[in-house]
Amino acid sequence: MATETRGEEGGLAFHPMDQFIVKPLFGDGPVGIVTITNVTFWMALAVLCVVALLVLGTRGRALVPTRTQSVAELAYGFVYRMVEDVVGKDGLRYFPYIMTLFMFIVFSNFLGLLPLSFTTTSHIAVTAVMAIVVFVTVTVIGFVKNGAGFFGLFWIEAAPLVLRPILAVIEVISYFVRPVSHSIRLAGNMMAGHAVIKVFATFAAIVAISPLSVLAIAAIYALETLVSFIQAYVFAILTCVYLRDALHPHH
Amino acid sequence: MEGDVVQMGAYIGAGLACTGMGGAAVGVGHVVGNFLSGALRNPSAAPGQMATMFIGIAFSEALGIFSFLVALLLMFAV
Amino acid sequence: MATEAADAANGAAESSVGMPQLDFSTFPNQVFWLVVTLVVIYLVLSRVALPRIAEVLAARQGAITSDIATAEELKQKAANAEEAYERALAEARAEAGRIAAEAKAEMQAEVDAAIERADAEIASRAAESEARIDEIRKGAAEAVRDVARSAASDVVAALGVKVDGAAIDAAVAAQMKG
Repeated sequence: MATETRGEEGGLAFHPMDQFIVKPLFGDGPVGIVTITNVTFWMALAVLCVVALLVLGTRGRALVPTRTQSVAELAYGFVYRMVEDVVGKDGLRYFPYIMTLFMFIVFSNFLGLLPLSFTTTSHIAVTAVMAIVVFVTVTVIGFVKNGAGFFGLFWIEAAPLVLRPILAVIEVISYFVRPVSHSIRLAGNMMAGHAVIKVFATFAAIVAISPLSVLAIAAIYALETLVSFIQAYVFAILTCVYLRDALHPHH
Repeated sequence: MEGDVVQMGAYIGAGLACTGMGGAAVGVGHVVGNFLSGALRNPSAAPGQMATMFIGIAFSEALGIFSFLVALLLMFAV
Repeated sequence: MATEAADAANGAAESSVGMPQLDFSTFPNQVFWLVVTLVVIYLVLSRVALPRIAEVLAARQGAITSDIATAEELKQKAANAEEAYERALAEARAEAGRIAAEAKAEMQAEVDAAIERADAEIASRAAESEARIDEIRKGAAEAVRDVARSAASDVVAALGVKVDGAAIDAAVAAQMKG
């Protein structure tokens, strides 16, 4: 259907979603499970960036940090404080895990902002895996740490007894909606921003409105830079919040 | 001909779904505006509540993203 | 549908499914590479990066703490030195005051002594002068008496009256007393 639409467009062809196509990097065979695709390429680039920042940047172990090292320390301190503030002292065991998620998302988002790049985090498959991993981990931690006491998360003692079953149903539903909203929030934000930039870029083909469209692209791009960081932050902080619920279900 | 009606319905639905994004915009504006007015009243407490504000923004924005997703699904996947 | 070449050119084959995000055939690939990526990042972070950054931060914290302690110590030393200096200064000032007072007292004593000596000398000279003046006065009185007696005896002799010396003396003495 989309193909037909495009055929009818004529001069102005909207292909806002084409940037998200997963295709093999070498040749064009089918996409198998271990095929080297653009997903592989951009994820590898994200890994390289993380390594460059956090490993190569701190290679000097300088007492007075270089610029890269101070950025690395800033990132470390940012996530560390977030975990400490939201989860508490006993959450610091899971700090590397949250740091991994945060660094991966932040670098994927920023790399996705490069022109002609591919945004791995705009794919529901990717974010859903991360969200499900968080969900399963948190649930397992909750039951391991608290046993049956973890059900206290759904049975709100502060509410009147009559309301408690209803609230329990709502809480259970919201608990299971978590991974859905958690994954779709990130993927949707990334997809929306990039698609909007692409749509404006298509308008730039019309001479009369191209200056306006270029301005709009610049504005949206600035917004997307902000959103890229905020979504990584939100993903990490929501993971922290879920972790806190698992560790202290009665709060 | 029938396909055209389905397509028309899908596009109209997509447009209607986009109104949900307006709601998300209002919601996010509400969250940030209230945070700001609170922060101006008591600036010393503001930094500690930054995380809460972002969580609030994320939740209200997620709903706008859902409607955007519905619009996209209607346009490209139905 | 277009040919294979056209597909490769505009990606129509892939996008014909609508949203690429819902193309389930690419899911295993993405999930596989995502898991590989996350595991690699996790290992790198937990084995190398995070311990190193934590170590650097701890080292910096330690350095800052020890630097602050050193600075505190130096400050204390400076304060002590200043205090010692102040004390020495006060002592020196007191010493100087004492010496000045001593010198002043000594000089005063000397001056007093000199004045006293001068006074004494003046007094003795005055007394001496007085004595000489008295002497001269007495001498003068004697001379006057002698002159008066001789003049009187001469006058009496010229008058032809015989008078003894004792009567003349008595008369002169009576006159001079008057």
